Amino acid sequence: MEFFRIKRDIPFMSYGKLTTTISLVTFILAVVFLFTKGLNLSVEFTGGTVMEVQYQQAANLGDIRHRVETLKVGEVQVQSLGTSRDVLIRLPSKAGTSSAKLSEQVMGLLKAGDASVQLRKVEFVGPSVGEELVSSGLTAILLVCVGIVIYLAIRFEWRLALSAIIANMHDVVIILGCFALFQWEFSLTVLAGVLAVLGYSVNESVVVFDRIRENFRRPAMRGKSTAAVIDNAITATMSRTFITHGSTETMVLSMLLFGGPALHGFAMALTIGIVFGIYSSVLVASPLALALGTKREHMVKIVKPKEEAVV
Amino acid sequence: MNRFPIWKYLLIALVLITATIYTLPNFFGETPAVQISSTRQSTPVDTALMARIETTLKQQGIAPQGIFLDGTSLKVRFKDPDTQIKARDAIQQALGDTYIIALNLLPASPEWLTRLHANPMFLGLDLRGGVHFLLEVDMQAAVEKTMERYAGDVRRELKAAKIRYGTIKRQGDTTLEVQLRDADTLKAAADKLARTLPSVSFDSDDTNFRLTLKLKPEEITRIQSDAVKQNITTLHNRVNELGVAEPVIQQAGPSRIVVQLPGVQDTAKAKDILGRTATLQVRMVEDDPGKVAEALAGNTPAGYELLDEVTSRGTGKILLKKDVELTGDNINSAQPGFDQNGGASVDIGLDSTGAEIFRTLTAESIGKRMAMVLVEKNRSEVVTAPVIRSEIGGGRVQISGSMNPAEANDVALLLRAGSLAAPMNIIEERTIGPSLGKENIEKGFHSTLWGFAAIAVFMAIYYGVFGVISVISLAANLFMLVALLSMLQATLTLPGIAAIALTLGMAIDANVLINERIREELRNGVPPQSAIQAGYGHAWATILDSNVTTLIAGLALLIFGSGPVRGFAVVHCLGIMTSMFSAVLVSRAVVNLWYGRRRRLTSISIGQVWKPDNK
Repeated sequence: MEFFRIKRDIPFMSYGKLTTTISLVTFILAVVFLFTKGLNLSVEFTGGTVMEVQYQQAANLGDIRHRVETLKVGEVQVQSLGTSRDVLIRLPSKAGTSSAKLSEQVMGLLKAGDASVQLRKVEFVGPSVGEELVSSGLTAILLVCVGIVIYLAIRFEWRLALSAIIANMHDVVIILGCFALFQWEFSLTVLAGVLAVLGYSVNESVVVFDRIRENFRRPAMRGKSTAAVIDNAITATMSRTFITHGSTETMVLSMLLFGGPALHGFAMALTIGIVFGIYSSVLVASPLALALGTKREHMVKIVKPKEEAVV
Repeated sequence: MNRFPIWKYLLIALVLITATIYTLPNFFGETPAVQISSTRQSTPVDTALMARIETTLKQQGIAPQGIFLDGTSLKVRFKDPDTQIKARDAIQQALGDTYIIALNLLPASPEWLTRLHANPMFLGLDLRGGVHFLLEVDMQAAVEKTMERYAGDVRRELKAAKIRYGTIKRQGDTTLEVQLRDADTLKAAADKLARTLPSVSFDSDDTNFRLTLKLKPEEITRIQSDAVKQNITTLHNRVNELGVAEPVIQQAGPSRIVVQLPGVQDTAKAKDILGRTATLQVRMVEDDPGKVAEALAGNTPAGYELLDEVTSRGTGKILLKKDVELTGDNINSAQPGFDQNGGASVDIGLDSTGAEIFRTLTAESIGKRMAMVLVEKNRSEVVTAPVIRSEIGGGRVQISGSMNPAEANDVALLLRAGSLAAPMNIIEERTIGPSLGKENIEKGFHSTLWGFAAIAVFMAIYYGVFGVISVISLAANLFMLVALLSMLQATLTLPGIAAIALTLGMAIDANVLINERIREELRNGVPPQSAIQAGYGHAWATILDSNVTTLIAGLALLIFGSGPVRGFAVVHCLGIMTSMFSAVLVSRAVVNLWYGRRRRLTSISIGQVWKPDNK
């Protein structure tokens, strides 16, 4: 069995204009969603209390909301979580109420309504912790980018390093844009997923770049234009690209299906990351490298003819 | 020819066997157990205690499955949770409150594995259920408390040296101002205080006769680190009372403390106990034989109280007056030490108010006994009850006699732990119910299992024998990763399980790269043996590059991530390393064993190698 029976190199580079436009449009859309809608940050970042409770029978959300609102802590969110018996309650953090006693008060109120209610999970985060997480998360992203650029610049060439990282930031922004658009909850676990995508997606660019470098060195490729060399590299790695990403996505889908709500956001971030990862490393990173003027001389050391000794 | 030297096969075999052994404990599950430990060195957990517990259980007709000493605690295994709870109650009754008796789950792996230090993975709270708190110590309060103490010290020293002074004022957080009458008193005061208070810097204002005392920066750092340390000690004592088998109490950052209590469900009680302030009281002992006899007969006179006194010689009764002379608030420090005769002692430092009260108290009651009582949760216990030999002034108290060094250490700890150095706030709380923990394990396990199965089926169909070899190396990767996590006892969380799954999904990339490369070589008409060689050779550079970049991302997560992100990063980084080993070495070893020996190899099973017709 062979999925990819490609007879000729696909001229990816000649689609440059089209793909760049698509990328630019999705990127701008993502940024617009990020700014207009904003991320639905989880309690870990914003501070506040989140409780998960389970009832024996289907829960009456209206009644629960009514009960919790008697505490007068501000805007309360009550929603069902997966099944009708599981309920998620979000309470904002309030200046001055540093105590984590809030969850006990809520449980007291809920127990008064239905004694069968069971506390499954409580998360309370003070506001200062959240701010730190945001800053350390941003530092992490920055550090990953710098580290990868330096490594790729050493192993390959700065033009390729730069185009790889731009392609990957494009992926990250699109993931964030999707989370903003659909208002999915952005938690620490999702952040871990996003950062994993950053590493994973570079992985993909590296495989293509590796092939480009190899092609430049191949005698058969001598005399061909850079675009043709890149096209050949992408076509040659096509099969591997789809099978690898297919396998990783299989794992991620398995998490999406069987992992429950705790892994849902993580798997979602990875799914978007994998799909756009393929697209961006093939159709963003490589045209960028071409646009930046990557040439054979950059990758293959040319042995200079020795100068004659002057007597 | 594709052959490895024999040492390479041996090395790979050794790694795989080790990985299997250390993965094994994770399959055996857990047995219920009761864990007995002690907070005090004077009540040791030893073979004598083990014998005592064995007889106790025999009397109750409970048969333990195993009983063994493990460092400072004694662990007794039972066959089911019912027996475990029955046994816990029986042991509690027999031993009383001197020991911490907690329910625990022990790995059920056979003894030879335990002897190899092969333990199952250490599960995080989100998988086993429990409470996690992040507490922040109020550093300003700690510094303020110290400043108040210094103000008292200044007052006392100046009074003792008969130096007249005006007001003592606090300026800002770390500065004290003392107003003096003239240049002479200013100089005298500066000299006197410089000798007794080495941890502050002085600044004399000669025109206004004002002396400014400022805490040195290193002193502030010391106060803050001491405050965190003392609060950790206090928390340890309180958590012990909850009977948690494996509590984690650690400093996290300069002013924060993490408390993790696995298995604790009653968060209300946990919060209550962590936030409680224990108090220490100094009260007078009544040694009048008539009154003591009366009290022991169950008829305590009015204004008196009969309390327990715990020493290494057992638990005794002691009769105390109800009046509290002094409380723990006045104690600044308590350290174990030695008296002039070389006997063990506890050295206590009192603040100025405390010192004054103590002086009067001791002057009035020479020859009598004085008791230090620790009151916690409405339960009073006499820590120590020494005889007063002489009047004690100056706020430096030494308790000695009838103590061994271990006891002195305990008493000092109890006196110190009585109160928190500074108040704490809970800034993060996470509670996970035990059922949710179990579900999380199940979900994580199923995700990995089904994902793995799907990949395995696909690889076997698409790449034939080479696909099967890829799956074998992927399985080896899984074993090595689990073994490594078990060996390091790194905490496994739900994001950690997600990282295992993701790592497997990504690790297959290396094998796909190799297989595709071999196919390509075959397509170009290269004979199979050389194709294998070239395929692995070419793929290696790519595998290295792509793994290093992924590792960079993983390391950044490890350094900057916290909580769930870190749990993910640890597994992710380890997984990248094991995957490089398994994808390249293990799969190559199997390929070499399978194909490498055949001299005339005409075809290999790597799925269909399609060749374009118009080449």
